[in-house]
Amino acid sequence: MNTSSLETAENRESLRKVVIDPVSRVEGHGKVTLLLDEEGEVREARLHIVEFRGFEVFIQGRPYWEVPVMVQRLCGICPVSHHLAACKALDHVVGAQSLTPTAEKMRRLMHYGQILQSHALHFFHLSSPDLLFGFESEVGKRNIVGVAAAHPEVARQGVLLRKFGQEVIRATAGKRIHGTGAVPGGMNRHLAPDDQRMLKADVAKMIEWSRAAVELVKRLHRADPVLYDAFGTFSSGIMSLVRADGAMDLYHGQLRFRDANGAITLDAVPDQDYHSVIGEQVKPWSYMKFPYLRDLGPDQGWYKVGPLARVQNCDFIPSPFAEAERREFIAHGQGGLIHATLAYHWARMIEMLHAAEVIRDLLDDPDLMDGPLLSTGTHAREGVGIIEAPRGTLIHHYQVGEDDLVSMCNLIVSTTHNNQAMNTAIRAVAQRYLSGHELTEGLLNHIEVAIRAYDPCLSCATHALGQMPLVMELVGPGGETLSRVTRG
Amino acid sequence: MNGRFMLDGQPVMFEEGQTILQAAKAAGHYIPSLCWHPDFPPHGSCKLCIVKVGGRHVSSCALQAKDGMEIESNTPEINGERRALLQMLFVEGNHFCPSCEKSGNCELQAQAYELEMTSARFNYFFPVRPVDASHPDILLDFNRCIFCELCVRASRDIDGKSIFALTNRGIHKHLVVNAESGRLGDTDFSALDRAASICPVGVILPKRVGFAVPIGERIYDEKPISLVSMEKER
Ligand code: SF4
Repeated sequence: MNTSSLETAENRESLRKVVIDPVSRVEGHGKVTLLLDEEGEVREARLHIVEFRGFEVFIQGRPYWEVPVMVQRLCGICPVSHHLAACKALDHVVGAQSLTPTAEKMRRLMHYGQILQSHALHFFHLSSPDLLFGFESEVGKRNIVGVAAAHPEVARQGVLLRKFGQEVIRATAGKRIHGTGAVPGGMNRHLAPDDQRMLKADVAKMIEWSRAAVELVKRLHRADPVLYDAFGTFSSGIMSLVRADGAMDLYHGQLRFRDANGAITLDAVPDQDYHSVIGEQVKPWSYMKFPYLRDLGPDQGWYKVGPLARVQNCDFIPSPFAEAERREFIAHGQGGLIHATLAYHWARMIEMLHAAEVIRDLLDDPDLMDGPLLSTGTHAREGVGIIEAPRGTLIHHYQVGEDDLVSMCNLIVSTTHNNQAMNTAIRAVAQRYLSGHELTEGLLNHIEVAIRAYDPCLSCATHALGQMPLVMELVGPGGETLSRVTRG
Repeated sequence: MNGRFMLDGQPVMFEEGQTILQAAKAAGHYIPSLCWHPDFPPHGSCKLCIVKVGGRHVSSCALQAKDGMEIESNTPEINGERRALLQMLFVEGNHFCPSCEKSGNCELQAQAYELEMTSARFNYFFPVRPVDASHPDILLDFNRCIFCELCVRASRDIDGKSIFALTNRGIHKHLVVNAESGRLGDTDFSALDRAASICPVGVILPKRVGFAVPIGERIYDEKPISLVSMEKER
């Protein structure tokens, strides 16, 4: 399917315009516009995101040691990822060549706690209503309350998985949100024995429930393979960090790129060199940049990040249950990369399972509760920190002046990496499901389902718990409102 | 002459020369304050220590205790006025506690908790106050200044350097550094000066420390300022 032609329509002025506009919130604001011709054929589809504009400027001129706390305000959804990415970048600035074992393990524990809670929130609260009830099901029931009524055990496990992840964060960062556990060069706290006991008591159940969640997604795929394999599917390259030995590692690694067929095109790129391989293109119609692989240029070099990329990019997952699931997932691709948008959910649940296994293994480690927390060395003026956040690769890059103030800050968040991919997904969906049909709320929801699979960092997409408030307007060539559907 | 006054209906003994605030604290009764410091003469600028004596508002840090005074301090009315003073201090500067490294060790924040200030109530001024990072060991973040002049006084009266001063009046009032360039790096200020460690808020900060002590384990995270300050001065 050729979707690239839908980026910009010819004779745009004569087309009808549909705006899908989730209510604006502080952290990010997304909007979809569709242009339709007389026959109702979609001629143009765009997802615009007003992202964290100005935050870079806000950080500039601040002392570097404040940054890991400050950047958590970038995003109410994954503050821990920003906290850790900033610390990883600033480890270079304070000359911490390597962290102490305690600090490294505490940070890993915090990060995998974040992965677990975020993936649980995304799947159970935001996506399971669409997946369990259908995209065009009754709006009033298509939410977590509806899931709780129809599938109480699924909903309960979702809530408790998320809560467990939040407890891991609290025990490592100090608070469930906006903690201060990580500092440039290490950590400021150990794991308290009470917290260790409490988490250990529950972790086996979390692994069991995560396995059940993977089963649930597989069941959904099996029940409707045509939908799950075809919905919003398009091919593209992928990118993520992988560990030096090829293992999945969401906390630290080197960048690896694969092309749409799965062949590795670039490997073992050190995090500090991201800039030499990734470029960022600006388009006039979106505030969000479009990153691409420099070797291939903006048209060919864009890629997907996030669970779907990570599970297929690594050579193996270093925990047994998740690794078995990865193999089954890869087998589903029959030798090729899986590009189905809805397969994000399957991959996401495999990662949630992996996170639970990592947490179990870490909790047995005595280093967490004892040992030095900080490393230092010769200060440097620059550092890059890359982490695999729940939604995908997150890059923080800082330069710090002689006076310890940040002089340059560049952030590439996962939603930005997925910008082209999300746009391509909604074009595929618009072309396949919306073109030539009278637009209804259910059809409109197809667009949201595609966007939501990427779990973009639009606060509206999460605060509204599964119901992005939507306004859809059909505007005729003369600017008159032809029809209007609202929801939320 | 020693004597006795009544504070919120309770008798308080005092010694000749003591202010109301000193005598009250010595007798175990807390009166909130920000610009007052036991090592310095009363300053009377923050007004947080206001009490009512015979129906009139006075600064308890400055007024000498007198025999037979009837004093109101811990009443809803006066605490409401104190809260309003705090609210004004918060909107006058740029206080973003969640990413402020002084959080938990800050007297302004601690007073806001003590006096149950739950909102800013007034419109923020958003003054533009650039930081001064020119000194190798100390950062100045003027955004959080409350004009208590403790640094001014400590530098002048203890360190003998007069490095800080307040300039202008009203809403244009701000803290300046006594150097031609206006930069701390061009003075002989030292991290060992008394003025370097006296700031009750997050203006004068040692560099590269940041969040080394976790939030949650800081002075006022564990105990309210009313207790901490009574213990310190005992
Ligand atoms: S100085 Fe105190 S009140 Fe001001 S931002 Fe810092 S912690 Fe908050």
